[in-house]
Amino acid sequence: MVPDNKNLKNKKSIWEETTLNKVTSRFPARKNLVTGSDEEIDNLYIPDNNFSYDEKLGFPGEYPYTRGVQPTMYRGKFWTMRQYAGFGTAEESNSRYKYLLEQGQTGLSIAFDLPTQIGYDSDDPISAGEVGKVGVAIDSLKDMETLFDGIPLDKVSTSMTINAPAAVLLAMYIIVAEKQGVTKEQIRGTIQNDILKEYIARGTYIFPPAPSMRLINNIFEYCSAEVPKWNTISISGYHIREAGSTAIQEIAFTIADGIEYVKNAIGVGLDVDQFAGRLSFFFNAHNDLLEEVAKYRAARRIWAKVMKEKFSAKKEKSLMMRFHTQTAGSTLTAQQPDNNIVRVAIQTLAAVMGGTQSLHTNSRDEALALPTEQSVMVALRTQQIVAHESGVANVVDPLAGSYYIEQLTDKIEEEAWNYINRIEDMGGMVKAIEKGYVQKEIQDSAYKYQKSVEEGDRVVVGVNKFTIEEPAPSGLLKVNPELQKIQEENLKVVRSERDNAKVEKCLAALSEGAAKEDVNLMPLIIDSVREYATLGEISNVLREKFGEYRESIVL
Amino acid sequence: MELIEKIQLGQIRAIAKAITLIENNTEEKEKLIDALHPFTGNAYVIGVTGPPGAGKSTIVDRFIQFERDRGKKIAVIAVDPSSPFSGGAILGDRLRMQTHATDRGVFIRSMASRGHLGGISTGTSGAIKVFDAAGFDTIILETIGVGQTEVEVIEMADLILLTLVPGMGDEIQAMKAGIMEIADLFLVNKSDLDGADRLKSEIEYMLMLGSGMNEEAIPPIKMASAKNNTGTEELYISIFERLNLFKESGLLANRRKIRIQKEIEHIFASKLKEILYTRLNMKENINLWIERVYNREIRPYTFVNEKMMELKKENVL
Amino acid sequence: MDKKIRIVIAKPGLDGHDRGAKYIARALKDAGYEVIYTGIRQTPESIVATAIQEDVDFVGLSLLSGAHNELFPRVVNLLKEQEAGDIIVFGGGVIPEEDLGFLEKRGIQAIFRPGAPISDVISFIKSKTGSTAA
Repeated sequence: MVPDNKNLKNKKSIWEETTLNKVTSRFPARKNLVTGSDEEIDNLYIPDNNFSYDEKLGFPGEYPYTRGVQPTMYRGKFWTMRQYAGFGTAEESNSRYKYLLEQGQTGLSIAFDLPTQIGYDSDDPISAGEVGKVGVAIDSLKDMETLFDGIPLDKVSTSMTINAPAAVLLAMYIIVAEKQGVTKEQIRGTIQNDILKEYIARGTYIFPPAPSMRLINNIFEYCSAEVPKWNTISISGYHIREAGSTAIQEIAFTIADGIEYVKNAIGVGLDVDQFAGRLSFFFNAHNDLLEEVAKYRAARRIWAKVMKEKFSAKKEKSLMMRFHTQTAGSTLTAQQPDNNIVRVAIQTLAAVMGGTQSLHTNSRDEALALPTEQSVMVALRTQQIVAHESGVANVVDPLAGSYYIEQLTDKIEEEAWNYINRIEDMGGMVKAIEKGYVQKEIQDSAYKYQKSVEEGDRVVVGVNKFTIEEPAPSGLLKVNPELQKIQEENLKVVRSERDNAKVEKCLAALSEGAAKEDVNLMPLIIDSVREYATLGEISNVLREKFGEYRESIVL
Repeated sequence: MELIEKIQLGQIRAIAKAITLIENNTEEKEKLIDALHPFTGNAYVIGVTGPPGAGKSTIVDRFIQFERDRGKKIAVIAVDPSSPFSGGAILGDRLRMQTHATDRGVFIRSMASRGHLGGISTGTSGAIKVFDAAGFDTIILETIGVGQTEVEVIEMADLILLTLVPGMGDEIQAMKAGIMEIADLFLVNKSDLDGADRLKSEIEYMLMLGSGMNEEAIPPIKMASAKNNTGTEELYISIFERLNLFKESGLLANRRKIRIQKEIEHIFASKLKEILYTRLNMKENINLWIERVYNREIRPYTFVNEKMMELKKENVL
Repeated sequence: MDKKIRIVIAKPGLDGHDRGAKYIARALKDAGYEVIYTGIRQTPESIVATAIQEDVDFVGLSLLSGAHNELFPRVVNLLKEQEAGDIIVFGGGVIPEEDLGFLEKRGIQAIFRPGAPISDVISFIKSKTGSTAA
């Protein structure tokens, strides 16, 4: 039975004036009762009479997918537990992956070092100091072969956090699989391949927007024909949030990025249903548990509407927003690092009750250094506890119907649409980025948040309240400083052992192809990689033709 | 002065220090500027102005490259506003020129306006002299870009480039009173955007009106995209053609003389003010005077004229 | 004499996480300093050239990738080589406690680790300039 809303509203007013007022006149409510997005929170939520179940929620696995993209959700199988890892040499990372698989992890997630992410070889002077630091260093197919040595690529799904040079790393993966006797049709995984958020928030871009979008289209097209189980893009709000955006901005800007990719692919003649099912998303899980759950639900609903109404997608799969989640690195504190375990547990709950398809949980020591094996295990165990012990995975969309959650979901959706429409009015995401609009919005949120922490309006436990004197943490992971030399030596060997004439020929063909807009570069990149052309060599050929992007910041 | 020699040798640290001395209004400032004076007058000073977001820094970045391709030394002064509240500033223009940071033929100096209105900063004219004496061939002065109040740049530059972009039609209307009249060259930047052609004809029309429909008299209007680097080299070349024209016609010398006139007037004015204020004990007395004028006890002109008479009697004036 | 403290805020290395650097830049502006912001992916060479041309009093380096032990000392050394050893270098980012001693020995005069409030940075600057004026 639906309660009479008007009557309820009156009753609420009376409650406010009498029962509530009696208390608040003596004990006023705490200050700053706002969501993480700084949205004010009402003193009490009551049912909304205008709420239409069919329109807003529907059933799991059905439009608008608010309640989840699968009918059974985790009653069928748990989300994929996928820890992002990689550091040092390919050999070191390889043994970390094997360890994680032994611990019950169900997918791999590869972290590359910054030179790899920006298309430089380890022996490039600009790579000095960065080799192997935030991920594994990959210079050529040789490193990739080592990275996956003994890991059957027909059995695991692999996610690679690689953007600007995504085509090159995907090409390497395809060939490593081929050498294992695994076909392109069999391999499963994801490349991040989301260049727009690199311009917005993460910074590992190489080329300007136009050629970058072309590379993305080339990958869409190639994979839909040749690598059907591959997720060709992971449209990422994670880093937008890490850069300091609000939850609303996170999903709004991510979906606006998604719209730009879809428009672009359609623009070069791809059919929306041919690629849309391989689009996936990547979100952040923050501390504000309820806001986060509402955020995921709102995001699914918006995306389904966008795909159905704006792009007239027909296939069900094209309407579904499938996403990976990672707990929020920016919420981890260097102070009292064990507290981070608790934060990660809350964030895990948010992601799971929000219906994520896969999850990475951060380790407690990541505000200090790369995580040790031991702390990675605790992070993975956190997921396993939520899955097997907490019970929240036994019911689909468990928070649905909460007055607060539903109204918050609506509110987030509404505000996200405002942003999406504003960006559309500017001529789309590329234009909005070039204007610096998106960056500025995020910076303002970040600045406001940081100020409120510094002024004590927001409490961060162990940082601006409940602080203690504590000894320096010990046993942190150190990356071998000799790594750069090792990689340089490996590169020398690769360059002397390969057929350099063939490499030259492949790179010349790639250069020629890059100059023509209608050529798909994937096959040319695969040819080059097969001959052990290095990542830096391939990227430099493209730099030459495409030019380089320069950040447009507004402070 | 040892510093002067180092500046003339083009030593980077000396140049940088000298600009600071001037910018901070130190005691050494006057001597320094006078010592530099004999060695100045050789560099071209190009003012780049236009509203925020018009791509000024990106244009300047391209110019640096063109100058370097021709073996010339170039200095850039990029002015950003100081916060009226804190007095602090974020100087971010050089970000778009950072690829030239380590090129020893390029010197980029960011300056905060420090309360100075008019799109430039207090130390700008001094900085120009330092670069000039240090042997830079070209000095680019990139203004804040606040709009019509930027006319002061004309007192510094041999040539003024006004950069506009499509999609700010109303702003042209607002600007036409001031800045449009001082530009020697117009650039429609982001020429790949919709409305670029229309903007060009709007500017043309406005200039024609201003010149009594005399097509000969209106400055050139160029189209370019600084970001895509199209049309930029043509723009660069036409700037120097125009400068040569100014040189031949005597306009350049004329402008520079006007600049010197302004400088002399400015020095006189500030020296006089200094003397006056000291004699009047301005700091201590002003509040009292404010009160009296506020309470309608005295009238502003009568009061000031009486004070001036007193100073005359004392032979101060 | 109207002396203003000038500070370069730069991101050496290849990491693109500029949230902290931008926050510091803005907060220092609000505290009355003139801040020159260079953007990401700066080499030690370009940071030092910037610091000298801009005649700054301080260089603040922000780095989250872990390359601080290589890149921070390189900035200090280059400043010294170019007779600008008087410019004070400080740093911030994900820097383990055990690296602090090493960095201090190499001439980085302060390190601000995650969670350090901006007031710490400002106190440091004031202690070095010996004045309350910005």
